[in-house]
Amino acid sequence: MELRINQKTYQVDADADTPLLWVIRDDLGLTGTKYGCGLAQCGACSVLVDGNVVRSCVTPVAGVVGREITTIEAIEADEVGKRVVSAWVEHQVAQCGYCQSGQVVAATALLKHSPAPTTAQIDAAMVNLCRCGTYNAIHAAMHDLAAGKESA
Amino acid sequence: MNTPSVIPGLTLGEPINLSRRRFLASTAVGALVIGFGLPLGSARVQAAAAAERGTQVPAFLEIRPDGTVRLLSPFMEGGQGTHTAMAQIVGEELDADPATFIVEAAPPGEAYVVMENGMRITGGSMSVRMSYPVMRRLGALARAMLLQAGAEQLGVPVAQLTTQPGRVVHAASGRSLGYGELAGRALDMPVPDPAGITLRDPSQFRWIGKPVKRLDAYDKSTGKAQYSIDIKVDGMLHAAVQHAPRLGMTVGSLRNQSQVEAMKGVHSVHVLPGAVAVVAERWWHAKRAVEAIQVDWQEPTADSKVRGMPADFSSDGFRDFLAAQQGPARDDENEGDVAGALKNAKTQVEATYHNQYLNHGQLEPPSALARFNPDGSLEIWLPNQAPDLFRADIAKRAGLDPAQVTLHSPLLGGFFGRHFLYDSASPYPQAIALAKAVGRPVKLIWSREEEFLRDVLRPVAVVKFRAALDADGLPVAIEAVSATEGPTEAIAGKQGEKLDPTALEGLSGKSYAIPNKRIAQIYVKGPAMLGYWRSVGNSLNDFFYEAFLDELADKGGRDPYELRLHLLRDNPRLTTLLKAVGELSGGWKRGPYTAEDGTRRARGVAMASPFGSHAAVIAEVSLENGQVKVHHIWEAIDPGSIVNPAIVQAQVNGAVALGLSQTLLEEAVYVDGKPRARNYDLYPILPPSRMAQVHVKIVESGEKMGGIGEPPLPAVAPAVVNAVAQLTGQRVRSLPLSRHTFS
Repeated sequence: MELRINQKTYQVDADADTPLLWVIRDDLGLTGTKYGCGLAQCGACSVLVDGNVVRSCVTPVAGVVGREITTIEAIEADEVGKRVVSAWVEHQVAQCGYCQSGQVVAATALLKHSPAPTTAQIDAAMVNLCRCGTYNAIHAAMHDLAAGKESA
Repeated sequence: MNTPSVIPGLTLGEPINLSRRRFLASTAVGALVIGFGLPLGSARVQAAAAAERGTQVPAFLEIRPDGTVRLLSPFMEGGQGTHTAMAQIVGEELDADPATFIVEAAPPGEAYVVMENGMRITGGSMSVRMSYPVMRRLGALARAMLLQAGAEQLGVPVAQLTTQPGRVVHAASGRSLGYGELAGRALDMPVPDPAGITLRDPSQFRWIGKPVKRLDAYDKSTGKAQYSIDIKVDGMLHAAVQHAPRLGMTVGSLRNQSQVEAMKGVHSVHVLPGAVAVVAERWWHAKRAVEAIQVDWQEPTADSKVRGMPADFSSDGFRDFLAAQQGPARDDENEGDVAGALKNAKTQVEATYHNQYLNHGQLEPPSALARFNPDGSLEIWLPNQAPDLFRADIAKRAGLDPAQVTLHSPLLGGFFGRHFLYDSASPYPQAIALAKAVGRPVKLIWSREEEFLRDVLRPVAVVKFRAALDADGLPVAIEAVSATEGPTEAIAGKQGEKLDPTALEGLSGKSYAIPNKRIAQIYVKGPAMLGYWRSVGNSLNDFFYEAFLDELADKGGRDPYELRLHLLRDNPRLTTLLKAVGELSGGWKRGPYTAEDGTRRARGVAMASPFGSHAAVIAEVSLENGQVKVHHIWEAIDPGSIVNPAIVQAQVNGAVALGLSQTLLEEAVYVDGKPRARNYDLYPILPPSRMAQVHVKIVESGEKMGGIGEPPLPAVAPAVVNAVAQLTGQRVRSLPLSRHTFS
């Protein structure tokens, strides 16, 4: 089957029900997207599909044929994604960093839909788990982004 | 944490004289310049003298032509910021901006034993505090070598030279050379005598003590950071396992092996000790196939080498069993006359506390990639907190000499104590066996479900307290008898001659002026595999002690904050700290009171002194739909002195998050010998919605440097529980709070 990922077209030989995550990681070698739980509980595997955040560990690959997929590797090619990365660095969000690909992708999806989200919208969208406890740093970065404060 | 017995394999080789080694042939970018074999366990092995630790400059540093400094860190980076801290410490003395550093984990080897206790682990909040002077000296030695090289190259006396960040400067002639230009010549410099090295005056620090940006922030925000689970090598196959439902069970027969072997993508099916495995071209195929295997599991045999999990084990049942233990107890602290004080007391207070098992729940599932090279040597990539211990164990299991094992230690996707050497709790023995069996490199990833099945647990304890109050309501005696098994003695499989300090830390070592006290342990060996969990014994024991102390305050009619100040009246350091957290919170105010948003709130206070640091916490709580909501955590922490205030802030936030998680909702429940939860659906960890606002005050008393990764955690639970008691009148004596109903 044919997949569009990060503005490139890939021919992939995978069963229809293979989770997108494993096609991205093992077939295409894009390991920035992480496996955390396989059950859509943690969000480490978040990617964008047509600009919406999805948890790729439970997304059958057949369902995203013909859609535009963006992984963390291409997040800075997106103007909003670039701002998010910049805010993440400015706020020194990452600790172990394992969940942060998914956090950055989730933040990008929110800001693409709502450039100036309210606190309630941020809370509703930023639900990925972080075992290091970077939630307050994420929150601070999101508030800067929502307020249009550009990072240095 | 004091863990001497976890490090039995860490033998200290005689230091190899590297002083004449070339100081890094940096002509090729990324050239590896280390890789000398170090004798491990040989007859020549002896402890390196402290004076010689961390003096083998070429083993640690490579300076590239562009001036980039590559530092091989003795410590693993797992989020705690130690790689950035190492760059700050070495860079300060080397006179090189930490931003020009690339830091990676050093391989195993004697050269990297830099901690003052002679160990090399990443744990116990030890990295910075135990290596600080040695790592500073390392930077200074390298600077001296660059200066000497500069003197030769410029043809001037070394005394006329100085440095500015990344450059050797000859002020008299206005000439200067970048470190990258000098690295080639500096290779030939002997490492100077460490005794003759002068360190920078702390008042002149540019980077130590400053909120230097993390070196890994960008890579970790863009998916570029590589963890063990991401590594791949040519010709690699993927593997997945299905473990026995209970540890100790063995594989009888596979009922459907041929069907599984015929499944798409399957390379081969394997029987391993206590597990079955599938090797495949893709991990997803391996996982699907291995889960399809129907195994007849056999009960553990009497000669089982692992701690067998009985079919009737339950965590609640085991707690009741602990509570029923009467002794014998061994004293860790016994001062004054506790029995006499209790007998003569005006008021006696008794209470029994317990805690819960916990999983580590680090987001990166464990993995290991093993490759046998044509010469028979083994290369392996895995998450670990103790490379020398792991290499020794890997060599033993593979029947190789340690020198034939190359161990790579990528970034850790969280650890919290998960990646010490725990028997049966790591995938590398399986990966080694599979790589050997298939003759190709194999990367084995444990699914989240397999991880939750084999993760070692944070221990549980049932603690019986008795205390005596005098006529003024002040405590004059306290006794705590804990029925428990500490993680260190659990890993050893038996109680040592001395008490396991990780069993009682947090009950023992309290600073309150209570004249009569007894802290004792009833050792109860249980069936569960136990391990270290961030802040170890303190994660439970400070909860018990500090919550009980509030009970004493209430019983004696004393305010808990004022009582603590009174009991610490002769301890200026802790008095300062307690006052600092009170101030940080806007002044001690217990409540209950009505907040601006109309919620009824109350506050609780608690203290802890783990890992060489001291912490004081005030928590503010309310009830929301019968559930405890923690609004604010104010935390004052005194680690003596610090290297990076921004990272300290982040570590306090992280420790508060884990502290809240264990307080509010986290619990590993076992029923019928099996964990009820095998994933985050039934094992909730703190979600963003339950996080509190965190306010941090760093108090630098100037005392001996303490740890920072773990110390902010233990006082969180008791501060919250004490606040809840004040708000609801309900005294909670066990965690998590999700087990309790509030109204």
